[in-house]
Amino acid sequence: MNEAFVLSILVITIRAGTSLLYATFGAILTERSGIQNLGVEGIMMVGAAASFAAAYHSNSAWLGLLTAVLVGVILGCIHAFLTITLRAEQVVCGLAMTIFGTGLASFMGQRLGPGNSTMVGLQGPAFERIGIPFLRDIPYVGEALFNQDILVYLLYLLIPVIWIFIYKTRQGLELRAVGENPQAIDALGMNVTKTRFTYTVLGAIFMAVAGAHLSLGYLQGWADNITGGRGWIAIALVIFSTWNPLRAVLGALLFGGINALQFRLQAAGTTLPSSFLNMLPYIVTILVLVLITWAERRARRLGTPTALGIPFVREEKK
Amino acid sequence: MRIQFEKRIDQSKISGFLIPAASFLLALLFSALILILFGIDPLQAYSVMVKGSLGSTYALTETLVKSIPLMLTGLGVSIAFQMHFWNIGAEGQLAMGGIAAAYVALFLNNMIPPALLLPAMFLAGGLAGAIWALIPAGLKATIGVNEILTTLMMNYIAILLVEYLYLGPWRDPKGFGFPGTAQFVAAAWLPRLTGRVHYGIIFAIGGAILLWFLLKHTKFGYEIRLIGENPKAARYSGINIAKNIILVMLISGGLSGIAGMAEVSGISHRLYTGLTVGYGYTAIIVAWLANLNPLGILVVAFSMGALLVGGDQLQIAMQTPAAVADILQGAILFFMLGGSIFNTYKIKITHKKSIQHGEKTHE
Repeated sequence: MNEAFVLSILVITIRAGTSLLYATFGAILTERSGIQNLGVEGIMMVGAAASFAAAYHSNSAWLGLLTAVLVGVILGCIHAFLTITLRAEQVVCGLAMTIFGTGLASFMGQRLGPGNSTMVGLQGPAFERIGIPFLRDIPYVGEALFNQDILVYLLYLLIPVIWIFIYKTRQGLELRAVGENPQAIDALGMNVTKTRFTYTVLGAIFMAVAGAHLSLGYLQGWADNITGGRGWIAIALVIFSTWNPLRAVLGALLFGGINALQFRLQAAGTTLPSSFLNMLPYIVTILVLVLITWAERRARRLGTPTALGIPFVREEKK
Repeated sequence: MRIQFEKRIDQSKISGFLIPAASFLLALLFSALILILFGIDPLQAYSVMVKGSLGSTYALTETLVKSIPLMLTGLGVSIAFQMHFWNIGAEGQLAMGGIAAAYVALFLNNMIPPALLLPAMFLAGGLAGAIWALIPAGLKATIGVNEILTTLMMNYIAILLVEYLYLGPWRDPKGFGFPGTAQFVAAAWLPRLTGRVHYGIIFAIGGAILLWFLLKHTKFGYEIRLIGENPKAARYSGINIAKNIILVMLISGGLSGIAGMAEVSGISHRLYTGLTVGYGYTAIIVAWLANLNPLGILVVAFSMGALLVGGDQLQIAMQTPAAVADILQGAILFFMLGGSIFNTYKIKITHKKSIQHGEKTHE
């Protein structure tokens, strides 16, 4: 264990944790409004594929990012329309989104390379790492925190912004209230449907950007099944975070750290079979879920928005 | 103009057939738009898919081959969905069934008389699937851990376990580096009826009848349906929810485990990477499209099997990615879910800005 080893673990922790945190923020915003979106994995996957394809053909990572935002808007609208307007079963709708998104992304991956060929193995433009002068020279953490790509820095800004938004602004209060007691919000003359629609779409944009950070920032390329369950881990992180964005940061760091450890152990030529190493994040997810559910249950405080997953139906006036 | 939903008083007779049919057609249209966007002629693509999956005896038997695991896993998830227990772990339960059956076939074949080898594999496969399902079931029943996430994480773990086994300790030493175990002895092969269609289809039909009987004619079936429809009422009437979760998941995982056994024993005759190709996820669509009706699941599984075979044909004939089949599956489910509102509501479009009066429901 030397200094370089520890440093490389820190660097990868932040890089791997970034896309997880974008996805988790997306899911927190959606669920806070009372809508469950289990399509995170699918939306991330399409975000990753579409943004890489767009970046590759336009030779601009920024256009790739913009494409991811567009993907988020479209897929978010589909989920919102089905679950809010048509009151479809939210769990199954999310699963449908994951199946649809995985299929669509795999299709794009096999088709959107040069001349209708595969995108696997292509190198495209990416968000390169930009060192921040002075800050990156801080011992130990400087290199890990302040020599990263632009999406990581954007996330640093978003962490306090989202926290303040949820807990300290009027819109944030409305968002929380819609997830807790939509009937009361409706009685106050505010529009439940509009609020839920807005945050479902906004959440999906975050999820798609999470995918874009995989293909344009962290992994820099397209591979089949590129998300590898990260979307589902993000949903687990929402529970871990008790819907609080600051606690989500801790969770993302934990799982980013596991990713980094896997990576380093593999590179260091461990005798542990890679299949077992690859199981690590999934096993830890189960353990974390068990622990957090047990602890929160003992404290009688789960933080789940009360109206999560329940369609809003206006009471009939007699 | 405003659109309003009005609660239906009568259950519509046509909706049971009309909504799935309309969803299917709309999904075809929607997917055609995607295909056009990617420069593929949708009519040509669809005709290749239909011919490739239904157009000849060979095509039909291949469709049946793919529908067998879909039937078994579809039945498996459907019973859990009945009580709104979201088991999306069929893929992993299938994988564990395959592993257990392969273990019996590879390592116990000289201890078990040949005539009992297949029954032993069947039992081992079902048990392994059930035990794999028991973990999330137990966690849900005792602590209340979210089963969607645990069943899903268990999929990833099981798939990696399969990979570890056929690449590592169980790898065929005489396989010249082929990633898979040695071929099973002939006594471990599930007999075939026609083409590659094996006895797994009998398991599936038997499973469907059994499930139908359980659901419609036993107290157990009544209890799990009640838990699904109204968990509060179920709890007040003294139904033991934890016990039912465990029982249901044992059956659910067992059926998927048998699917895994049938795959390794009936098709591949070894454990290799082709075991986990996503049947467990398609199973969710199968169960939902069939409205969780066991006999309906057999029919829907067949049509989804046709879609998968058609997708493969598309890849072979037109070099178009087989993932078109997955896009279609997802789209069909979207439209089906969207259309299900017509089961409970009538749509009313009014032109005057009238006083808002919505509707009263509690789902």
